[in-house]
Amino acid sequence: MPHIPLEEHLPGITGLLEYRQDSAQPIRKLTQLLLRGPSTLTEAERELIATIVSYGNECTFCTTAHTAAADKLLGESNTTRAIKTDIGSAPVSEKMKALLVIARHVQQSGKSVTTQSIQQAKDAGATDVEIHDTVLIASLFCLYNRYVDGMATRLPESTDYYNTLAERLVTNGYRRLPQGYSHLKKISPTP
Amino acid sequence: MAHIAVPEGIPGIRSLALYRPETAQHLYALAQVLLRDPSPLTPAERELIATHVSARNNCMFCMSSHAAAARELYADQQEIVDCVINQQDSPLLTAKMKALLTIAGKVQQNGKHVTDDDVRKAREHGATDRDIHDTVLIAAAFSMFNRYVDGLATLTPTDPREYEPMGKRLATQGYVPPQPA
Repeated sequence: MPHIPLEEHLPGITGLLEYRQDSAQPIRKLTQLLLRGPSTLTEAERELIATIVSYGNECTFCTTAHTAAADKLLGESNTTRAIKTDIGSAPVSEKMKALLVIARHVQQSGKSVTTQSIQQAKDAGATDVEIHDTVLIASLFCLYNRYVDGMATRLPESTDYYNTLAERLVTNGYRRLPQGYSHLKKISPTP
Repeated sequence: MAHIAVPEGIPGIRSLALYRPETAQHLYALAQVLLRDPSPLTPAERELIATHVSARNNCMFCMSSHAAAARELYADQQEIVDCVINQQDSPLLTAKMKALLTIAGKVQQNGKHVTDDDVRKAREHGATDRDIHDTVLIAAAFSMFNRYVDGLATLTPTDPREYEPMGKRLATQGYVPPQPA
């Protein structure tokens, strides 16, 4: 059960973002910019960074949600499966492998990032902005994972929830829905 | 030396803010909302949570700058700040703040470490839903800021005196992104 009362129909992060909307706004805007804004990394590549960090932090809600979003963007689920077990085996570019290694280091501690891992990324063609964004996305998901788990938010009752959520993340991104989220409330069965 | 070509001679997150102002505007807005906008916790108490998490992450830049801000805001009670950094008890620290700092310290490790018992203790000492929420989110946010600052190996001044003007600025002006010179 969550540590504070949250809307029951909004599991994971959404209930928290609705609970305090003034703090949600810069978090949403930062995420929209980093994961959906102009970048030389694809949206799928950026979702892979979110996935590998959430997986490292053992945050079930975030890992499942961003795995689903990455799978939808990629049209397959081999890549998300591979990065969780062995980055080297994943069907991604050498540059992306090096950036995922950096993301895993950031997940542990900022201080774990080595000049060697940075050099490997640069040798594989990563630009400074790509390295910057990788580190910031990885850091941002350390925030999300701690927020979601530190408040003991609920997991969705059904895994269908993640498909719907991934669809929303692909089409609407990380902006608050203009109509809010009350339409997601279950209609109580009529006797 | 920083891992990417940030402006030289600018310390910590300020160098990153000048490097990528698009992301900085949201990061500074988040810090302002969390540490200065209305909350049942005082700005001093919130800076103390930021300091505590940064100390536990060994992020010298964030720890020193937020400790300097917390000292400014605590004024004649500023010894609280050094007690928290050195993990010492202080008679000036309320039981509620102690319980909230325990929660923040667990969030620093992993969100899952926060137990129902930790939250119950905080509530017994008067913590409200918002106190608990804001503590967890501030601790989570500094788990991000610390990684961002150290993950890119930004410049970290080693002379404690360099942080005093930063603390004064944060205490009086809040979180305003730096402007290019």
